[in-house]
Amino acid sequence: MATFFGEVLAVPSRAGVDDDEEAALALEREETPEDREIRRELEKKREVHVLWSSKLNASTGNFTDEQFPCSKFIMAIGHNSVAFLSSFVLNSGCWEAVGSVRLWNEWCRTSNTTSVLPTDTFCLFYKLISDPTVLLCQCNCYVAEDQQFQWLEKVFGCMREKDLQVTILSTCPVTDYKTPESTLTLPSPFLKALKTKEYKETVCCPLLEQPNIIKDLPAAVLSYCQVWQIPAVLYQCYTDVIKLDAVTIEAFKPVLSSKNLRNLVKDVSKSAEILKKLVATNEICNNIYT
Amino acid sequence: MFVPCGGSAPASFEGFTLLLPAVSVGNVGQLAVDLLISTFDMPKVGYFYTDCLVPMVGNNPYATTEVNSTELSINAEVYSLPSKKLVVLQIRSPFVKNKYRLFCQTLLSWVKSSRCAKVILLSSSHAYQRDDQQLHGTPLRYLLTPAIQKTAGDLMQRLNWKEMEKIAAYPGANDAEMVLHIPGGGITKLLFSESCSNGIPMAVLLKFCSEGDNIPDAFSLVNYLNEWLQLIRSESSDAKATLLQWKIPRSWRLLFGSGLPPALF
Repeated sequence: MATFFGEVLAVPSRAGVDDDEEAALALEREETPEDREIRRELEKKREVHVLWSSKLNASTGNFTDEQFPCSKFIMAIGHNSVAFLSSFVLNSGCWEAVGSVRLWNEWCRTSNTTSVLPTDTFCLFYKLISDPTVLLCQCNCYVAEDQQFQWLEKVFGCMREKDLQVTILSTCPVTDYKTPESTLTLPSPFLKALKTKEYKETVCCPLLEQPNIIKDLPAAVLSYCQVWQIPAVLYQCYTDVIKLDAVTIEAFKPVLSSKNLRNLVKDVSKSAEILKKLVATNEICNNIYT
Repeated sequence: MFVPCGGSAPASFEGFTLLLPAVSVGNVGQLAVDLLISTFDMPKVGYFYTDCLVPMVGNNPYATTEVNSTELSINAEVYSLPSKKLVVLQIRSPFVKNKYRLFCQTLLSWVKSSRCAKVILLSSSHAYQRDDQQLHGTPLRYLLTPAIQKTAGDLMQRLNWKEMEKIAAYPGANDAEMVLHIPGGGITKLLFSESCSNGIPMAVLLKFCSEGDNIPDAFSLVNYLNEWLQLIRSESSDAKATLLQWKIPRSWRLLFGSGLPPALF
């Protein structure tokens, strides 16, 4: 492509398969057994492992063959969403850690511990002690494109999906939002929602307008729910702050009035304190002098 | 795999024409398919659920009312128009790395099991890779697998269409061996050659183009298709009249991003 000033730029093609991949495919055909072994090892390294603890189902310690009943699955993706659920829902002390996801990719490696800091990379599951069919997932790691489907199959594959309702909280940069005005003039952070066909409850904010789309793990979960007719809603917060930020976290507050969350919130006054502490801890961790 | 909408019994596509895009340069095939679905208001009949495509969701790209604007769409969906015996697969995202071969296999397996009469793949190829001959005349090309040659070959002659030229496998060294080369065509070549080997009646319709504003290319390709299938018959033979009858979907708004900040000026 030639620019206005006459220089020629190599523009990346929007086609999914470019000629470099075709060349790579040709090489693949000439692969030696050693190359094949290296590729297989890499694939194995990128496998997603979901580990459930025996606390999830007291009657049996083995979940590989059995599905556990799940009536509500609430999921937070990204550090601001995770901090929101930590401050406003998990703070009640009525939750118990029951599982984790172990994965590795170029961007992150998840930790195995359940006592985590906001800066850690983790994907943990909690169950509500008073109602073990309510499951919460705190996903503070990046699940790569080639791992998203595996994550879905391994997590949802363990659930008996009858009467299941899914709520997903996620954030993304406000610059991703398409609007006829400039994104600079938008009052961010703001919340937008997308829901599957089966989701009949009221939604706590305006729906995401065309031509905006959602990508990554939130899109993978919502697609799964749409295809398999599971009522699900995604609340996406558009924010201009990349790091952990109290204003962005509080933008999720309208979601507390939703059917799936309202009974899980105990003491909102305590939440403000917890949120302050969480953001402060994160700032300390980010301090280059410590 | 194909999953019908709403848990209803799967519609039969036996004898239908399957239209689908290749994710290719300028996304021309996908834009052309958008025009088809939007113009004929085709209802969604199912999803092509696969781990081979990058996930994405959004609200109904073909929304016409407040009510239907809240229907969720995913990255690969199937639409149908039984009155014209058409079934259309729209693909909205690129392939997950190293998964495009698997996608081709899954797709062709579905094509075989659904017993479509023919498959038409809408695609594009890099304009800058044309040779001296290809720089002249029409930028539109077609390809037919042996299985469809008998039924469609004559029509292509009568329409005066140009078949996609083969190029020398080793230019300059050995001009005898000629191969098909569709640079920027995504999985077009793979799907076409697999269809040839498997006796699938497939036609490829493609346009030479470059990345940029590819809306005119989409119109051009969809009109090319219309010359064959006669989906829209215009009273006059004026090409412009047919052009005006294609309906642009709502999702084509803001194709080049949000508005500019006034402070820039």
